[in-house]
Amino acid sequence: MMQDLVVSLVFIGYAIGVLMTFGLVLTWVERKQGAIMSDRIGANRAYIRIPFTQVKLVWWGLFHGLADGLKMLLKEDWKPDAHDRLAYAIAPWVVFAPVLLVFAVIPFGGTMVPAKLFQSVPALAAWFADRTYPLQIAPLDAGLLIVFAFGGVTIIGAMLAGWSSSNKFSLLGALRAGSQMISYELIMGLTVLGLIVIYGTVDLGAIVRQQSGVILGFLPAWGIFLQPFAAILFLTAAIAENKRIPFDLPEAESELIAGYFTEYSAMKMGLFMFAEFIEIAIIAALFTTLFLGGYNLPFMTDAGFVFPGSREVPLSHGFVLITQIVIFLVKVFLMCSFQILVRWTLPRFRYDQLLRFAWKFMFPLALANLTVTAIAVWALRLMNT
Amino acid sequence: MSRKPFVRKQYWNQPTMSWWERWYLFEIVRGLSITGGVFMKNMWRWITLRKGALTTYYPEERRPDYAERNRGKHVLTQRPDGRPQCIACNMCATVCPAKVIEIEVAFDPSDPVHPKYPARFEIDYSRCIFCGLCVEACPEDAIRMVKDIPDLPTDDRQHMWLSMDELLTWNPQSDVAKPYPVADIDGSKRGPA
Repeated sequence: MMQDLVVSLVFIGYAIGVLMTFGLVLTWVERKQGAIMSDRIGANRAYIRIPFTQVKLVWWGLFHGLADGLKMLLKEDWKPDAHDRLAYAIAPWVVFAPVLLVFAVIPFGGTMVPAKLFQSVPALAAWFADRTYPLQIAPLDAGLLIVFAFGGVTIIGAMLAGWSSSNKFSLLGALRAGSQMISYELIMGLTVLGLIVIYGTVDLGAIVRQQSGVILGFLPAWGIFLQPFAAILFLTAAIAENKRIPFDLPEAESELIAGYFTEYSAMKMGLFMFAEFIEIAIIAALFTTLFLGGYNLPFMTDAGFVFPGSREVPLSHGFVLITQIVIFLVKVFLMCSFQILVRWTLPRFRYDQLLRFAWKFMFPLALANLTVTAIAVWALRLMNT
Repeated sequence: MSRKPFVRKQYWNQPTMSWWERWYLFEIVRGLSITGGVFMKNMWRWITLRKGALTTYYPEERRPDYAERNRGKHVLTQRPDGRPQCIACNMCATVCPAKVIEIEVAFDPSDPVHPKYPARFEIDYSRCIFCGLCVEACPEDAIRMVKDIPDLPTDDRQHMWLSMDELLTWNPQSDVAKPYPVADIDGSKRGPA
């Protein structure tokens, strides 16, 4: 019992640390990647001076994120006169908290066996006895459903923010955000249904474990090879869900100033921005989990590498765990980078195009994908029996 | 009142998209590969310790290739004895749209031809718009703009003034606009040599 609590707390600490780090680092990555993509240098003037010396740590502008955070903390927290007090105060949190909570069901590593991990410390190994822990804060059966439930809560936050600040721009932005997020939430759900049909479960841990195998003898059994269409649709819908360019209509600054958080200032506005950046990481983590085999390297299992041709390379438990955690982070980071690449490449849609794209293009495609998948799975099952 | 149905106007150069472009996804992939390619190229340059950007790292880095016609800095022309050619008439300060020139006039009885001279001639580069009107207004060809930069990157506006000492550094050996150094050095008369 006590052991479970300790392990859970460690996992929660790890998750929050990872997400906050991603949120901070992604602001920097976004600036730098965008700059390098357009032949620029990017923000590089913020520095930390080591006290009592003239040594200035610039570190390629990494500290600009800290400077931004400090600025937002120190700014005046201005509120419009006619704002709705309660809704205005809780809206940033309603946007921010669910984004963090989604990570609870995402597996960021394989199964940990403390007895094997702490072999050199017998007291610890004895304390944990034969307990095993999947590296996941909440190994729930309803994993994917939780993800979508929390995704739905974010919409409420955006709507609350727009409505409570009693500003026409905010309200328009909130309405746009609402209709856009609901449309794309639906498409996200539909695309994932195909995967659920294949894997037969919504438990994210089980989904990842099923992706550790090999299909056709050489391809890793990753979701992206089983459901390539769904992968593209899911990523598109997820970027739209996050309201980032090319789908940033709710905050289109040329039309709506800043959309639903126009009237927010200081750290409340910072929370919206931070939530957006953390959601990039969350989307990347979800995509990695569903389509890129989660923490799996190709041909890698909890025991070690198993290459085609039944060549095996056994590895120690600790090494495997660390490898899996690092692999997961690397995949997530690459997916974040890809999202930023999209953000710096495509121009913004028009609003009617955005909704038409959702309902007349992606929705039928997602349905077709689901139908084909269902028929294929059914046919395969018939052949096997 | 009957309303006419909205008909979108057709233009003779209406952009047309091929089937391939209409499908959009392939064009997105093409766009992503272009931007991603630029990113990879520049990133490779940075990793191999070269510069992967077009930006000049001012002020740590200076461009040597200012255009011939670049007019980035003011100079005061000099008489042969090194005093400024300026007669402190304040024409440049008057015409200046940004009001950046400050001249303090002094009197020199020993030079009857040019009794007025500037004791102080300062330009505030934090406000200068480099329009060149001061050069056009000058009746004595005393102020010019040259291919250079004022070189004043600083944290606050108070340090963006150039004093007369810094403006009097221009000292060419020959000059097409006027004989330089001026032929008659007795100071009584000045004109084309």
